[in-house]
Amino acid sequence: MKRFLGFVVKEFYHIFRDYRTLLILFLLPAIQLLLFGYVITNEIKDARIAILDQSKDEITRRISEKVLSSGYFILDKNLSASSEIEQVFRKGNVQLVLVFAPDFAKNLDKTGNARVQIIGDASDPNTANILVNYIQGILSNYLVSLNAEKIPMQITPEVRMMYNGQMKGVYMFVPGLMAMLLMLISALMTSLSITREKELGTMELLLVSPLKPFQIIIGKVFPYVFLAFIDACIIIIIGNTVFGVPVVGSVALLLFESFLYICMALSLGILISTITSSQQIAMMLSLVALMLPTILLSGFIFPVENMPVVLQWFCKIMPPKYFITIIKSIMLKGNGFSYIVYETAIMTGFTAFFILLSIKKFKVRLA
Amino acid sequence: MRTLLFIIQKEFLQIFRNKGMLPIIFVVPIVQLLILVNAATFEMKNITVSVVDLDLSTSSRKLISKYEGSPFYQVVQTTFSYEKALDLMQKGKVDVIIRIPNGFERHLVKENQGKVQFVINAINQSVAGLSSAYCSSILIDFNRELMQDWLSPAQMAGLKNIRTDYSYWYNPKLNYKTYMVPGILVLLVTIIGLLLSGMNIVREKEIGTIEQINVTPIRKIQFIAGKLTPFWIIAMFELAFGLTVGKLFFDIPLVGNLWLIFLSGGVYLFVILSFGLLVSTITNTQQQAMLVSFFFMVVFILMSGLFTSIESMPGWAQQIDRLNPLMYFIKIMRMVLLKGSTFADISPHFYSLVVYAIVTVSLAVRRYRKVA
Repeated sequence: MKRFLGFVVKEFYHIFRDYRTLLILFLLPAIQLLLFGYVITNEIKDARIAILDQSKDEITRRISEKVLSSGYFILDKNLSASSEIEQVFRKGNVQLVLVFAPDFAKNLDKTGNARVQIIGDASDPNTANILVNYIQGILSNYLVSLNAEKIPMQITPEVRMMYNGQMKGVYMFVPGLMAMLLMLISALMTSLSITREKELGTMELLLVSPLKPFQIIIGKVFPYVFLAFIDACIIIIIGNTVFGVPVVGSVALLLFESFLYICMALSLGILISTITSSQQIAMMLSLVALMLPTILLSGFIFPVENMPVVLQWFCKIMPPKYFITIIKSIMLKGNGFSYIVYETAIMTGFTAFFILLSIKKFKVRLA
Repeated sequence: MRTLLFIIQKEFLQIFRNKGMLPIIFVVPIVQLLILVNAATFEMKNITVSVVDLDLSTSSRKLISKYEGSPFYQVVQTTFSYEKALDLMQKGKVDVIIRIPNGFERHLVKENQGKVQFVINAINQSVAGLSSAYCSSILIDFNRELMQDWLSPAQMAGLKNIRTDYSYWYNPKLNYKTYMVPGILVLLVTIIGLLLSGMNIVREKEIGTIEQINVTPIRKIQFIAGKLTPFWIIAMFELAFGLTVGKLFFDIPLVGNLWLIFLSGGVYLFVILSFGLLVSTITNTQQQAMLVSFFFMVVFILMSGLFTSIESMPGWAQQIDRLNPLMYFIKIMRMVLLKGSTFADISPHFYSLVVYAIVTVSLAVRRYRKVA
């Protein structure tokens, strides 16, 4: 036991001496969370539009005003001919063009029918779709106000946004960032620190020491549990104090699940390090194979339900997905343990699987 | 010149000898392109719905059948108890609860006003926004039908109407994959390039072989150039390969001039690779280098406009974003590939990249010290 403790102390020395890494490790979550909290938003506002007004009358002017004062749009320029539309799109600074047909007000008055054309730059399909919908909404509101007395019954929606009443993007980033950073620190850092010993040749020294192989591994992993845990707390605290992301459920449960996830990621890191020989490969493997899937296949940004069925199966073997579900469930919905038994069980299963596999793959000899 | 060729040869030998790295460099990115492009989608389908109809009238049933008939919705529960529906939402099995209050039809007939409540899971705010828009648009259609049912043709004719035609240029079917492929391709090329170059010099430092190079008469610029060239060739190859895959599997339009893509891609890679080398010269261990590159990569990626729109970021963030090389290249890729923009159209972005490349390359050369 004393030997083991000595080894753990050595590992801590390694980490604390490298103050740059340490600094990055603690600044990383803080800066990223602040950045994403303030910067990244899916909400669309200030989209630049161009208006081609072939009629230039009272009503088209009023509609244009309504559109521009809605807060979603900024006028980039007034076009004078339809040939200019393609030009402004190709330059890429206009996302939507609004075209009023000639004699707009006259037609509206006489025949009750006027025409307007909305052209979206659908090279960004999502934004185009949303913007076109916005404009249509504005137009139909305007119509309702024109026909105020003549329209009969209307059904109005009353929308209530659950768990995130103010529609903040941070609510999504806190769980996602936690899953990503804990995975990074636990899986990547451990796999690097073990392969580093291999690469530098010091692993040989450890293996001939009286320490048992599993003691070496546990000792290596131990400090990172700490670091990862501190990072998890940093994220939760900043999320809570700066951005007001609540922890509705039990904090203890949240920390316990984070601990489980850290263990899972650590055992994955150990597995990676047992099957690779150089830091470079270990790192590429963890970064390339873990980072993008953690961002894209875990429901962090894109919901899993919208993906093709084959991919949904693929997502099922992504451990971060379960962790993200768990955090959202505890932090934002305030659920108790009974709601997340299934996810917890799966994460435990992953951990056991990775550990068994690495025990099987672990070699006492290097060459 | 001969010195340069030797160091290039050495680097290539090192890369191709490393059997573990080859698949990671060449196979993994392509597999990821195929998988991730399918994953990155906001195209909503299967919005799971729980219906709480407390009115049970003809109108409420008619309204609900609209949702049942729509391909976007999947009604998973019909109940009288709002609590039960909420519980299902707590469990994460339901995205939207549609609640029709008691007396819905009576209000509609008497006061010309009906209210429907949508309760939406808003943890992912963008998805919630879309769900809400979809729910309302069905309601708008329903309102129009109601109007036609209740008004005589003469009354209808008296109404003023603005006919809106809308068209989606460059991507009439609103296929999200067309939009994502160029972006994700940039991402993959960047990750591979940045990691390869970022780990490179620091690895030699860690193993100690840098000393052997330092005692040779090689000049700083030759050293950096020799390190850059192999990665540049690999990354360019990957860009071309990725474009081919995009064309074959996702039917990307490729409207514009491909040479324009490769020209800007070449400049862009200079930025990324020398950025990686810069990281490599200022760090001491691969672990550090990895963390630093990871940090910049995540910031670059999430601020690049790949997943979220740049225009909606606050002004100061957009100013900072001018330092983000990914942003320029993703813009260029999308503009040229999808819209056929010409050199004149992309020139502001292109020249920014050129300036960026000159700055990073000279920084990397300056920062590299032949002293250990």
